[in-house]
Amino acid sequence: MDWAYLLGHLNYWLFIVMMMTGLYIVIARGNLVKKIVGLNIFQTAVFMFYISIGKVTGGTAPIFPTDMKIDPETVYTNPLPHVLILTAIVVGIATTSLGLALVVRIRESYDTIEEDDILDIETRIAREENREYGDAMGGRA
Amino acid sequence: MSVQDTQQAAMTLADHLPLLQVLVPFMAAPLIVVIGARRLAWGIAFAASLASAGIALAILLQVLDSGMISYHIGGWVPPLGIEYRIDAANAIVLLLIASVSTVVLPFAARSVAAEIARKHQTLFYAMWLLCLAGLLGMVATGDAFNVFVFLEVSSLSTYVLVSMGARRDKRALTAAYDYLIMGTIGATFFVIGIGFLYAATGTLNMADMAAIIRENGADRTIQTAFAFIVVGMGLKVAVYPLHLWLPNAYTYAPSVVSAFLGGTATKAAIYVLMRFMFTVFRPEFLFEVRALDLIMVPLALVAMFAGSIIAIFQRDMKRMLAYSSIAQIGYILLGIGFLTETGLSAAVIHLFNHGITKAALFMGAGALIFRSGSSFYRSLEGLGRTMPFTGFAIVIAGLSLIGVPGTAGFISKWLLVQAAIEKGWWPIALAVVASSLLAVIYVWRVVEVLYMKEPKSAGTRDEAPVSMLVPLWIAAAATVYFGFATELTLGAAQSAADSLMSGFSPVHAGGG
Repeated sequence: MDWAYLLGHLNYWLFIVMMMTGLYIVIARGNLVKKIVGLNIFQTAVFMFYISIGKVTGGTAPIFPTDMKIDPETVYTNPLPHVLILTAIVVGIATTSLGLALVVRIRESYDTIEEDDILDIETRIAREENREYGDAMGGRA
Repeated sequence: MSVQDTQQAAMTLADHLPLLQVLVPFMAAPLIVVIGARRLAWGIAFAASLASAGIALAILLQVLDSGMISYHIGGWVPPLGIEYRIDAANAIVLLLIASVSTVVLPFAARSVAAEIARKHQTLFYAMWLLCLAGLLGMVATGDAFNVFVFLEVSSLSTYVLVSMGARRDKRALTAAYDYLIMGTIGATFFVIGIGFLYAATGTLNMADMAAIIRENGADRTIQTAFAFIVVGMGLKVAVYPLHLWLPNAYTYAPSVVSAFLGGTATKAAIYVLMRFMFTVFRPEFLFEVRALDLIMVPLALVAMFAGSIIAIFQRDMKRMLAYSSIAQIGYILLGIGFLTETGLSAAVIHLFNHGITKAALFMGAGALIFRSGSSFYRSLEGLGRTMPFTGFAIVIAGLSLIGVPGTAGFISKWLLVQAAIEKGWWPIALAVVASSLLAVIYVWRVVEVLYMKEPKSAGTRDEAPVSMLVPLWIAAAATVYFGFATELTLGAAQSAADSLMSGFSPVHAGGG
């Protein structure tokens, strides 16, 4: 067992666990809001991954002193991934809010936010359409 | 590099074209919201779209004439600054996206008024422009993370556009929701891939990444990045097993949105896929992974047949067109999978030709829906007689979808067959022809419905309004035009394939 390797990459292991948790929730949960939450966890895992990349061993916060007397000995953490993730967080929030807005509209039209019930309703609609417009491969092929 | 020096020296408006390309629709979108007048919204959207189409044409001509354009945003020099890097490959996709939007918008005026609630119409056009700006941005940029940001700008607005179909059919909401979930997973996979690439190369500039990968060779991190990027983009492209969002999204979206997305959204994603596969990861590296031979080509073949066969059995014109899109994406991926210059030219030219063909067909479907109220075959019966101009345009575009000689679809399929023969893959050449025969069947079903059945209101002419017919005919005529006048598309496609294969080096670009 290489403990230094395992512990030294703790962030990355956690990233994988969190990413998989999120992805599992998205796939396994039937509740539309829970799916969005899963998507959020999935995205947050990626934020953690990026932040971990940016860490430089022994590095400090990437802020220059106000007098701009920069000591060449000082090691700074890479700030670029943080900036990227600020953008990704904004994107994540936009996705979440749009997703939830859609869920609200789905609730208004279908009166449920459970995927199974929605599928039932849609199958019923498709069946009626088949009766009216002729049978063929419809639905979710 | 004297070209670049003069570019830096004379910073006139013309030098800012690559930025204006994205910026014009991007700024016009909030303008629509701020002004908030429903009557002005369409005008602003059309003006912005027309302007960006003009810019795209100017850029394409400039690229074909004098090679790659590198634009530094804010004057920050790459690789640190964000760079827009436009060669023949992006220029032709930019032109496709901007011109499809411009042609479809006049069609939108009446169609949107009929299909979308009054209070949403202003914001609809703002979303349209945001989507356009996002698609243009992800194609124009040369910065990997920038691709993700623009991808999300276009995706988020696409979800909204799709959900606008809820007034006609509430299933548009679940279609948009499914698309949101899958699209976000795809985009997040893509951003994980970029994270790995950044970890391996320490840069986000695509040209810089390519240079570093070429120098240091590929390691496990880069292979992982490759896998994540291909799967993530594959979701947006709707590569066969990842296509599940597409049929519902295209079927239940408003007609104009289907026409716009069918012609552009997947195409922009395919471009990004090609750019990463060929420019960032080198083709030699692709050989090493053999991902293309073992995964891409079989999946493309499955898509060609499965998509076409499912399309045959549809009873709804829009859903049929959606499945045919999946099949046509198969052709494009097949061209990429050949890994030869001919194959890649075929992919690029089919991307362009299929874009206009699909836009024409979805507009045709939209015009029929405008009169009949639904796109089920049964309610379209005999409409070819009562709406002769619409019907005939659909037939022409349908011929191009099949790939009949004299239409744009023929050129690209011919090139694809040629590429297969060049590689000695006879069975695949035959498969392309065979799946085109399947296209004959599903296009014939539409013709049969439109012309061979008795119309419900016999004898009365009930043509679609002129504002719909003109865009429809422009698109249908373009499919014929590009079937004969192949210099522009073929030249651009070859030049694009050249620059994709040779990386970002400007030496090869400009040839035809």
